[in-house]
Amino acid sequence: MSRRSPHVRPELVEGPTVLIRHGRVIDPGRINGPADVLIEHGKITAVGAGLKASDGVAVIDADGKWVLPGFVDLHVHFREPGFEYKETIATGAAAAVAGGFTSVCCMPNTQPVNDNQSVTEFILEKATAAGLAHVFPIGAITKGSEGKALAEFGDLKQAGCVAVSDDGKPVMNAMVMRRALEYARIFDLPVVDHCECTHLSEGGGMHEGQVATEMGLHGIPSASEDVMVARNLALAELTGGRLHLAHLSTAGSVRMVREAKARGINVTAEACPHHFLLTEEAVREFNTHAKMNPPLRSRTDVEAIKAGLKDGTIDVIATDHAPHAAFEKEREFDSAPFGIVGLETAWGLALVLVEEGVLTVEQVVAALTVQPARAFGLAKGTLAVGADADVTIVDPDAHWVVAPEQFKSKGRNTPFAGWKLKGRVVSTLVGGRVVYP
Amino acid sequence: MSLKRKDLLGIQDLSVEEITLFLDTAESFKEVSVRDIKKVPALRGKTVVNLFFEPSTRTRTSFELAAKRLSADVINFAVSASSVSKGETLLDTARNIEAMQADFIVLRHPMAGAPNILAKLLRASVVNAGDGGHEHPTQALLDLYTLREKKRAFKGLRLAIVGDIAHSRVARSNIYALTKMGAEVRVVGPPTMLPLEVERLGVKAFYHLDDGLRGVDVIMMLRLQLERQGIALFPSIREYSKLYCLTPERMKLAAPDALVMHPGPINRGVEIAPEVADSLSSVILDQVTNGVAVRMAVLYLLSGGK
Repeated sequence: MSRRSPHVRPELVEGPTVLIRHGRVIDPGRINGPADVLIEHGKITAVGAGLKASDGVAVIDADGKWVLPGFVDLHVHFREPGFEYKETIATGAAAAVAGGFTSVCCMPNTQPVNDNQSVTEFILEKATAAGLAHVFPIGAITKGSEGKALAEFGDLKQAGCVAVSDDGKPVMNAMVMRRALEYARIFDLPVVDHCECTHLSEGGGMHEGQVATEMGLHGIPSASEDVMVARNLALAELTGGRLHLAHLSTAGSVRMVREAKARGINVTAEACPHHFLLTEEAVREFNTHAKMNPPLRSRTDVEAIKAGLKDGTIDVIATDHAPHAAFEKEREFDSAPFGIVGLETAWGLALVLVEEGVLTVEQVVAALTVQPARAFGLAKGTLAVGADADVTIVDPDAHWVVAPEQFKSKGRNTPFAGWKLKGRVVSTLVGGRVVYP
Repeated sequence: MSLKRKDLLGIQDLSVEEITLFLDTAESFKEVSVRDIKKVPALRGKTVVNLFFEPSTRTRTSFELAAKRLSADVINFAVSASSVSKGETLLDTARNIEAMQADFIVLRHPMAGAPNILAKLLRASVVNAGDGGHEHPTQALLDLYTLREKKRAFKGLRLAIVGDIAHSRVARSNIYALTKMGAEVRVVGPPTMLPLEVERLGVKAFYHLDDGLRGVDVIMMLRLQLERQGIALFPSIREYSKLYCLTPERMKLAAPDALVMHPGPINRGVEIAPEVADSLSSVILDQVTNGVAVRMAVLYLLSGGK
């Protein structure tokens, strides 16, 4: 438990007493309706109607607002150490709380790679100094994420890692993946794979399909994801290991995960807003802000991702927040790096699913809170009495336009610039303290 | 009619009227090339920069001649030898060239979409001289020009494009151009060289050359990129030639007056038999001649010529 506790300055945990009044509290599976939330010493101490404010209590009026558990993002890239020009842990954490995320799990593809205790500790120190969102590091599966020798999962876990992944560099060797799933069982660590057969995707920058054919760009076929999802599910079945599949993008993946779950395989899966809102069409005009990995796929795939979210095949909405400097994206499509930022747009984009009738509000909140927390075993994502007072207050009726120049993130690389969204984060509390705005 | 665009990036977004305007304008420029004094003052005082990130002799020379015959000043900027090796980005290279007050940038680049980036950010007119596997619009225009010269009308014309369709910008630009003009286009090659969903471009795909050639009026052979042999796209040059080389025997499957085209440079005996390349059916050298006139028309029209 202690290792899963908030990585914020100790004095912040001893936060003020706060009463959030008159809001609609949505804590999936627990409550969905008008209620007040009382916070003392950084914990939720009461949720219910008509809570009284005693003297010295800071009152937040949430009339007309929704009061939600702070969002949990299982998939961000904060670039520090090594690529601080793209993002730092401090700017990433600021982006997180601006987007309503109070807990984020950062991928290990930094320089050096987070494959050992000292890098993990460095990340946690930076996160504590920033004092914004809780940052949970994800350790590497293999040393240097080179796909060969396993990293020291025991040390990584002890230092504070909550999962292992070679994200961005798929574990191509099936035996290494098997050993990772087996070995991780000692520590009950989820093994997170970015499913991509790099032989099939080599040289590709976008989905292989009609648009790539028209544009003459090298494609990444859906099969490059599907074959690895199939392999990983088979290995999870073999080993009983705890498998988490990052950013699913294909109809095939959804179909296989659905079948695997029905057979009781220990697997969880995530999807990103861009994969349920955009198709390969967004790449036309060689838009490097529509270049990410896995790529934006076909309409059929988008529909399958939505169906997967709806029926629970996909548990989690994650952002794959991947900031890059402007000059890196202002390049030829083939030489531009993969990835887009996502923390500050995720909530508004996820609500589109409600608008479209795909998910209920409660389901969207669950996919951003309790479900990701459960997938990684984090004591987060709930407003239950006794939980850390990580709270996100949103205005469900606020209309706003995505303006990258206003992002807290250093990254401005988003294909959603100019999108008109409804529903905006107005306030974020971590450990009972207002960290946003 | 005049052209209302700053750049020529591809055929895909051109209208039939615009294509026809390019061809008609080229016709008047072709005459210039056979004069004793091969020069008109249309672009006097303008600067054309040939910015080539890939080795090219034919296309670069053709653009250079076209610009010179229009009295423009021409600079050849061979990039591999200079800035790229120092790590400069495409955009910075181009900004530097524009700062020298270039009016046209003729860009050849190994990556699809490179000219689109420049066009968006620069004042100068950008002419795509081939970008990765995307487009090579002036090649398609000169192919159309040559076809119109020989066959008069495009409607109902049956063509087969043979070779590595997936990686060919020439194929793509020609598919867009020819289908727009009403021709019936077939693509022929091994499945490893046909892009996914190729038929959605409005063409019919064939794996066997004999099937694809039957009854066609025009055969457009693509250059085989020899370095792609091995596991990638085909097992050996030997087997490729056996399956896809245009031989005199196979020519008999096409219409009796069928034309043979090739964007060059040809691999004799690989994709095209020497007897075919040198036969009367071959218009390969006409393509080269017409290339200059077409590129004159492109530069002229983009400069706002009326």
